[in-house]
Amino acid sequence: MSQFAINVLFVGASFALYIGIAIWAKAGSTKDFYVAGGGVHPVTNGMAIGADWMSAASFISMAGLIAAGGYANSTFLMGWTGGYVLLAMLLAPYLRKFGKFTVPEFIGDRFYSRTARMVAVVCLIVASVTYVIGQMAGAGVAFSRFLEVDATTGLIIAAIVVFFYSVLGGMKGITYTQVAQYIVLIIAYTIPAVFISLQLTDNPIPALGLFSDHTASGEPLLSKLNEVVTALGFNSYTGMVDNKLNMVLFTLSLMIGTAGLPHVIMRFFTVPKVADARWSAGWALVFIGLLYLTAPAVASMARLNLMTTIYPDMAGQVENYDAAAADSIAYADRPNWIRTWEETGLITFEDKNNDGKIQFYNPSADFSDRGWKGNELTVNNDILVLANPEIANLPGWVIGLIAAGGLAAALSTAAGLLLAISSAISHDLIKGAINPNITEKGELLAARISMSVAIVVATYLGANPPGFAAQVVALAFGIAAASLFPVLMMGIFSKRVNNKGAIAGMLSGLIFTLVYIFVYKGWFFIPGTNNLADTPANWVMGISPLSIGAVGAIINFAVAYAVSNASEQPPQEIQDLVESVRYPKGAGGAVDH
Amino acid sequence: MAEEKSNAEAYWKANLRLITGCLIVWALVSYGFAILLRPMLAGIPVGGTDLGFWFAQQGSILTFIGLIFFYAWKMNRLDKQYGLGE
Repeated sequence: MSQFAINVLFVGASFALYIGIAIWAKAGSTKDFYVAGGGVHPVTNGMAIGADWMSAASFISMAGLIAAGGYANSTFLMGWTGGYVLLAMLLAPYLRKFGKFTVPEFIGDRFYSRTARMVAVVCLIVASVTYVIGQMAGAGVAFSRFLEVDATTGLIIAAIVVFFYSVLGGMKGITYTQVAQYIVLIIAYTIPAVFISLQLTDNPIPALGLFSDHTASGEPLLSKLNEVVTALGFNSYTGMVDNKLNMVLFTLSLMIGTAGLPHVIMRFFTVPKVADARWSAGWALVFIGLLYLTAPAVASMARLNLMTTIYPDMAGQVENYDAAAADSIAYADRPNWIRTWEETGLITFEDKNNDGKIQFYNPSADFSDRGWKGNELTVNNDILVLANPEIANLPGWVIGLIAAGGLAAALSTAAGLLLAISSAISHDLIKGAINPNITEKGELLAARISMSVAIVVATYLGANPPGFAAQVVALAFGIAAASLFPVLMMGIFSKRVNNKGAIAGMLSGLIFTLVYIFVYKGWFFIPGTNNLADTPANWVMGISPLSIGAVGAIINFAVAYAVSNASEQPPQEIQDLVESVRYPKGAGGAVDH
Repeated sequence: MAEEKSNAEAYWKANLRLITGCLIVWALVSYGFAILLRPMLAGIPVGGTDLGFWFAQQGSILTFIGLIFFYAWKMNRLDKQYGLGE
């Protein structure tokens, strides 16, 4: 059977499963649609949150980023998991007790202000739309690579599948589909990692293999990797980072952003009890942890495999790294996986010194003494996980599995984001502001229509990405961290913060963060409109635009407290509301007004 | 009524104490051991590197999981103890 047929089989079978689940779990009421009827078990919910949270970025890009950056990019591992601690302790149980459907609804009720609710709707839509574009684009790439169709066709197939199960099933369909998607993606991620860990370290558990000895050289894997990469002029893989302030703030931004992203928070409205919201967060992190503990192993092992593919003499015990570096493979003898990825343009080669061999090293290092005239091979970080089974010569079905897993990760996150967007439009905008007297049936229809529109917009933007795909992630996390998380937390932990404080806090955090990002990345991401070049030398106190969300959050807190203390107390009924969300007693199901 | 109110206040104070304790550990393993205090832990070798690197790539995640389950377990007990559970 050809590789193409295997890929089609794996992807097709997984899609048939998702659609079957959607038909079985069709939503009949707004409660089914928004919060899955409020009756999801914490373990099931944890698994669904895991799939919802782990996007194409976690599945495809993260290991590549860690492989390239080593220790410095541990920020992604800590940042995207540490947010769950904040969720479990500072937000989830109380928002579940509050018992409404959406995040803007809580903000509107707690701060007794329709303006606050609308500001929250705008933040939610901007953060979620920017995020969903990346998912659709990722799904398109995975389709085009594995199903050998062009990216736009791939994207349209992905959109139809998402449309089918999310519009039909709402949260109920999405939750149970996501459980299936979690299982597909975790198997797809783990199996190749186990094989590679066995090949390199004899240890079947990749997370332990990372800290074991490398079989071929007898040295610890990470020491071996450090020797190989430093011999080629790269930074040490495990080396320290000089700019600790930026590393701390970047991790903090990712953590606060994670806790403030509405599509994740919404998931905690689906469990029957307040205690279940706490357990759900724990289970979610267990299921996320299974992938996140494997990812750093995949990263270091794939990096070592990549290097020793180009420099075969570096694979075993090495006496002299200079001699081993001289004997790289000839371009004509390159393995098949390099040929396939060259076709996508994600690997490029240029024989700068015309010796017919591949020289792959840090482009800013000088190796003219070895007769090298510049780095000749450029490898896109994003291909690492997808190419991993091919680099390690694993059988064809593992590649089919990776294809299904990557798509599961992208589609599950896209569905969760689309639900958050559609509920903000139908519940907060239409029912909350435009037409409060809408019937449940009408609202359900509005939710389905707005979700369909969101899918069309996301598909269009995924096919024509506005050229800033990487930057928009900073925007999504920056907005969630600087605007939504602080007001949610203050709404629960302070009775003093009032409507004026919350609105002033949200707007100042948001505007500060946006301005800082735009100054370096261009106004509204239009190329060439940035005021300062995006280099560390220009950053204020060395804080990168990606890390600024944490500072925006601090500003939000400070402004909200200052304004609230200078103005009147919130009314008594609001103080009673805050009081009531703090105690689990008397929580019903998630209910409408 | 007054008794009920002071009971609720005591529950909330206990919750805040618990959260503070958990968040200190949360910050210590990630911002502390993995980043700011890593040079101090450099002498403790773990599989070809040092303890700070392990905390950055695995230890902090494992600690986070432990913290959430500890918090959920402890809060369930507080809910019962103060009679404020569902």
